[in-house]
Amino acid sequence: MAFVSSGYDPKEPMKDRMADIGPRHFDDFYPPVIKRNKGKWLYHEILEPGVLVHVSESGEEIYSVRVGGARLMSCEMIREICEIADKHCDGFVRWTTRNNVEFMVDKKEKVEPLKKDLLSRKQPGGCFKFPVGGTGAGVTNIVHTQGWVHCHTPATDASGPVKATMDVLFDDFTSMRLPAQVRVSLACCLNMCGAVHCSDIAMLGYHRKPPMLDHEYLDKMCEIPLAIAACPTAAIKPAKIDLPDGKKVNTVAVNAERCMFCGNCYTMCPSMPLADTEGDGIVIMVGGKVSNRISAPKFSKVVVAFLPNEAPRWPQTTSVIKKIIEKYAEGAKKYERVGEWAERIGWERFFEVCDLEFTHHLIDDFRDPAYYTWRQTTQFKWPSK
Amino acid sequence: MAKHETPLLDELESGPWPSFVSDVKREAQFRKENPRNINFQIPADAPDDLLGVLELSYKHGRTHWKHGGIVGVFGYGGGVIGRYCDQPEMFPGVAHFHTMRVNQPGGKFYTTEYLRQLCDIWQMRGSGLTNMHGSTGDIILLGTQTDQLEEIFYELSHNMNQDLGGSGSNLRTPSDCVGQARCEYACYDTQALCFQLTQDYQDELHRPAFPYKFKFKFDGCPNCCVASIARSDMSFIGTWRDDIRIDQKAVAGYVGGEFKPNAGAHSGRDWGKFNIVAEVVDRCPTKCMRFEGGKLEINNKECTRCMHCINVMPRALRIGEDRGLSILVGAKAPIVDGAQMSSLLVPFLPVEEPYDELKAVIEAVWDWWMEEGKNRERLGELIKRQGFQKLLEATNIAPSPVHVKEPRSNPYIFWKAEEVEGGFDRDITEFRKHHLR
Repeated sequence: MAFVSSGYDPKEPMKDRMADIGPRHFDDFYPPVIKRNKGKWLYHEILEPGVLVHVSESGEEIYSVRVGGARLMSCEMIREICEIADKHCDGFVRWTTRNNVEFMVDKKEKVEPLKKDLLSRKQPGGCFKFPVGGTGAGVTNIVHTQGWVHCHTPATDASGPVKATMDVLFDDFTSMRLPAQVRVSLACCLNMCGAVHCSDIAMLGYHRKPPMLDHEYLDKMCEIPLAIAACPTAAIKPAKIDLPDGKKVNTVAVNAERCMFCGNCYTMCPSMPLADTEGDGIVIMVGGKVSNRISAPKFSKVVVAFLPNEAPRWPQTTSVIKKIIEKYAEGAKKYERVGEWAERIGWERFFEVCDLEFTHHLIDDFRDPAYYTWRQTTQFKWPSK
Repeated sequence: MAKHETPLLDELESGPWPSFVSDVKREAQFRKENPRNINFQIPADAPDDLLGVLELSYKHGRTHWKHGGIVGVFGYGGGVIGRYCDQPEMFPGVAHFHTMRVNQPGGKFYTTEYLRQLCDIWQMRGSGLTNMHGSTGDIILLGTQTDQLEEIFYELSHNMNQDLGGSGSNLRTPSDCVGQARCEYACYDTQALCFQLTQDYQDELHRPAFPYKFKFKFDGCPNCCVASIARSDMSFIGTWRDDIRIDQKAVAGYVGGEFKPNAGAHSGRDWGKFNIVAEVVDRCPTKCMRFEGGKLEINNKECTRCMHCINVMPRALRIGEDRGLSILVGAKAPIVDGAQMSSLLVPFLPVEEPYDELKAVIEAVWDWWMEEGKNRERLGELIKRQGFQKLLEATNIAPSPVHVKEPRSNPYIFWKAEEVEGGFDRDITEFRKHHLR
């Protein structure tokens, strides 16, 4: 493993420096049919799950075959994608915002061989490498975060629960039987790099124990005022304590009753870890969306306060999600998103229909918005028994 | 033989969905065999050790990654996330495992030539593992060591003409929807605008000078496929001011069953015959549509451009021709003050190069936020703390009913002295002449 220089000279870092050049121009990467028809598309149609055609006013068409995949992707897998794109798509390929890969061809007769090739490729355990689907009124790929693969603050893994969930929802990835699209997301902590706060169904990693305090190192590792300021509920205050060896150190004290387990203090101070085997798990949120279609974008609502981390396949989490989707499929009207369905039937009915227990954890008590979620009307539904 | 036993992870190698475990094992095996004789610049067994440390997390139910250290490339304050394993002796291959964010191209279109070049660099100088893509949109190169950072940056920039993305308290890598490249709904060229603003604000992207992170996202229409309204401090969402274009013949095509509604999105179930009144006219949130005598009418003045009718009948209905975008501001995830959606600031701006009008709004917002924002306060939180009025003042935008869902229901108005006749300075002695104590 001899060091190989790129040409960079550490003694003269500014020599030939190229900085602030930005991303490559998108024009470099458009398939020719896109270059010719950009801004001229007339309409599109989903021919079958995972296969779209877009028709231009020029009469040209582009067929896109959408496949799901793991966001955590090896270079060898990328090279295989390149091999397929070279073989079928003249060396062009794209990714969607939800971690799907799209192979595009300019003629209908190229679709079937491409699809056949994609579906023939499997991993050693039998998993599809390139499942075709993720379009229309179904479940598409899950957007998610890093989890235990690479993050320092997660309360759950990301890639694992996503794989387990997509296995359970696989039929809805490859079909379009639902009333509308269902967007599933996962964020492994409240930082929500995955922005799960506006998804039809969201898994959110959550801690449930206040931070531990590494007193001996806290003042050395952290800016105590920043840790204190990071707390949204003012649960942290400065403290001085005597270590077992008699040394007096500056540290902090945490008022456990006020802690909402957000982990913001840990982000500022590594001497305040929250992670815990029993404490950490998954919150299920439901009914959010980002589209402005029919109703305004909505936040997701917490419907299950906690499910334990059951590695490697998170069976309780996946079964709750499956149940919600089945009940939604049964009960919602065409075009109705999960949140619109829950609002139409009423959340009291939603809990009944989905057979989810309503506990005190689900009543908002965080600041002003809480009041607006309580019921200021005599209108409510009786249980149907 | 794998380097570490991973019985828990192995359970994720069955089922239909692609297995990331199998994929990481594939890269591990490739590095072990090294058929292309790559001169690996970080430990060849990094993917093995990543599986090892992940297996340990599956056993413990806790992460084994430490807080990042400050690592990066010379002159940049972002683009690299330092990451260290908390069990370096057990997993030396990932003891140092830093992430590099590579600014993705617009619309995430690629040539295989580009992707292979990237793999060439990354398999030699990094773990060979990536995220395609990170949540903000970057290509994520997952795991390398400090001495490779400058080398990778040098090769990316010199050999691929490719820069890093953002991290930390700066402009994060902007991202866009597929837009006019392959979508008939796009009201402006999201890729052109995203690219130009990314270029114009390279300094803001690479050198953290903001109170906290700041995100731009570009959605071509109100369907919001990149979730700009939920995920970006400044959301640029395409819209139009004139009429939805109607092709009555195509409307008849939908009514007659010739075309599938919603572009075929519901074909997996028998929903019965398409009913234009029930599925389109009655679903319209403003009830501005009518279907009579086989003709669809839209009272465009009352339309709020929700996209439903266009989504249901893309062959018959098209976005208007007087197009531009709306700017909404302040979206963020929950940390710390609760989640926020973006709020409408600029109802309409045409999207015309060199985008001066648009940039004037952006820069006015930044000036205000950089002046008033506290450390780690997102724009949305500042707007909440100081009030929407302050944002309007800072951007010199006139208040209008479109800025609110409804007017305030309390009368606690912060009147300013100059708004009240005679101002606030009064003479108590004069007052007492007429009002005894």
